[in-house]
Amino acid sequence: MRGQEARDQAERKAVMATLAQSTGNDIVRLWNEAGLPSEAELLRGPETGLVTVRGRIGGGGAPFNVGEATVTRATVRLASGEVGHCYALGRDKQKAKLAAIADALWQDPTRRNEVETKLIAPLQAALASARERRRAETAATKVDFFTMVRGED
Amino acid sequence: MYVAVKGGEAAIANAHALLADRRRGDRSVPALRLDQIVEQLALGVDRVMSEGSLYDRELAALAIVQARGDMIEAIFLIRAYRTTLPRFGYTRAIDTGAMLVERRVSATYKDLPGGQLLGPTFDYTHRLLDPGLAAGGDVASPLQRASEADAMPRVSAILAREGLIEPDGDMPQDHIPGDITREPLEFPMARDIRLQALSRGDEGFLLALGYSTQRGYARNHPFVGEVRIGEVELELDVPELPFAVPLGSARVTECQMVNQFKGSAKAPPQFTRGYGLVFGQSERKAMAMALCDRALRATEFGEDVVAAAQDEEFVISHSDNVQATGFVEHLKLPHYVDFQAELDLVRRMRAEHDARENGGKVEEKREAAE
Repeated sequence: MRGQEARDQAERKAVMATLAQSTGNDIVRLWNEAGLPSEAELLRGPETGLVTVRGRIGGGGAPFNVGEATVTRATVRLASGEVGHCYALGRDKQKAKLAAIADALWQDPTRRNEVETKLIAPLQAALASARERRRAETAATKVDFFTMVRGED
Repeated sequence: MYVAVKGGEAAIANAHALLADRRRGDRSVPALRLDQIVEQLALGVDRVMSEGSLYDRELAALAIVQARGDMIEAIFLIRAYRTTLPRFGYTRAIDTGAMLVERRVSATYKDLPGGQLLGPTFDYTHRLLDPGLAAGGDVASPLQRASEADAMPRVSAILAREGLIEPDGDMPQDHIPGDITREPLEFPMARDIRLQALSRGDEGFLLALGYSTQRGYARNHPFVGEVRIGEVELELDVPELPFAVPLGSARVTECQMVNQFKGSAKAPPQFTRGYGLVFGQSERKAMAMALCDRALRATEFGEDVVAAAQDEEFVISHSDNVQATGFVEHLKLPHYVDFQAELDLVRRMRAEHDARENGGKVEEKREAAE
């Protein structure tokens, strides 16, 4: 039971991460294609505020405050009772609202599969391919050292 | 008696209308869009985010347009804007070791795990102006190379394995990171607060101070252990969720400066360190920050404080360009009453001086007559 709960939380967190990383345009486009319901009671927001970003001294030492970042959050409740949240960098209120609804829909076992396949999976694929492209472009700039041999031996 | 003088309202309104006109410039030239600035003046945007201390590309781009490209004015706009927003909390500390790296170089090790990744750098360019850019031609897509997703440990971790370098900076267990946006500056300050101030500090000021340490004013013999640029994931603890909520990714630049040894009768010598971490892609700023961080640790290492870069109060009090520009630029605002007082004073002093001179002469003449 505890294990199942932890797995659920990890999966939900991964879904929220995918939504937060994706652009509002991509979410809206897939949302409309999938015909997901966008009605929900807004419990909070969408509203924009700040988070203070923390780093660590030397990379792994004590935390310190680096600066702030804009974050937009929303909390919604579906007619069926599920409450969904979103926190995402930036000021896109439409994205925050849809992402919160997606989080709520995902918690409904009868809807989870639809949200996963029609929204989260394509978003994840797009993010993964963008990340892979970025990695491959960077890898092309990797220095391959070679040694110049001088003399006879 | 204080007499308030009013006026200039119409002049100010007209000046601002003129500013709006000049900002737009020639109407036959297309207006800049924010996405053009975000995409094509990305490092300017990064500087405004770093020194404005607010990570939001579109806002930084807007500030740059509104400020007609005046970076300090743009930074000022961003600082003012951020005061209008509520604060949701402090993120978990980012893990730069897990960064999606876009550039990573080390000047201390040739072959290191993950390798030397040059990324989109100005290094090794010939600094020749490119007329091709003026013509606005197409740009080829960059090459790609298939690669394993290599782990890229921080260089400091490699040196730490042999105990050759001091550990990442620690603070006492119960220490809560200080926040200069909440509490006024107090000297001496803890290193975490100093780093916050340096991270939003003026690039030019920190660059000059870092340079001064290289030229012998607080010599620390620095090596770039590593510079890395890339995206890190942000997470925030919120009461409504049982896990840290992922917020998305932000690009940062980190610099690990490795400096000459410190040891004592009790501890064997180790390299010391300076640390830099800033928003966006800005390795000059991150390097300057790391040089200043190391110089400002002089007292911690028992070094003599002999140079400007080691003087914490001097460096931190003057590193903020919004404060600096505010105080310098306020000089051009009306000081009519102040100046009137000074005028009165200098006239009185001159009158007294003249009286002394003339009185003296009368005295001399009288003496001569006697």
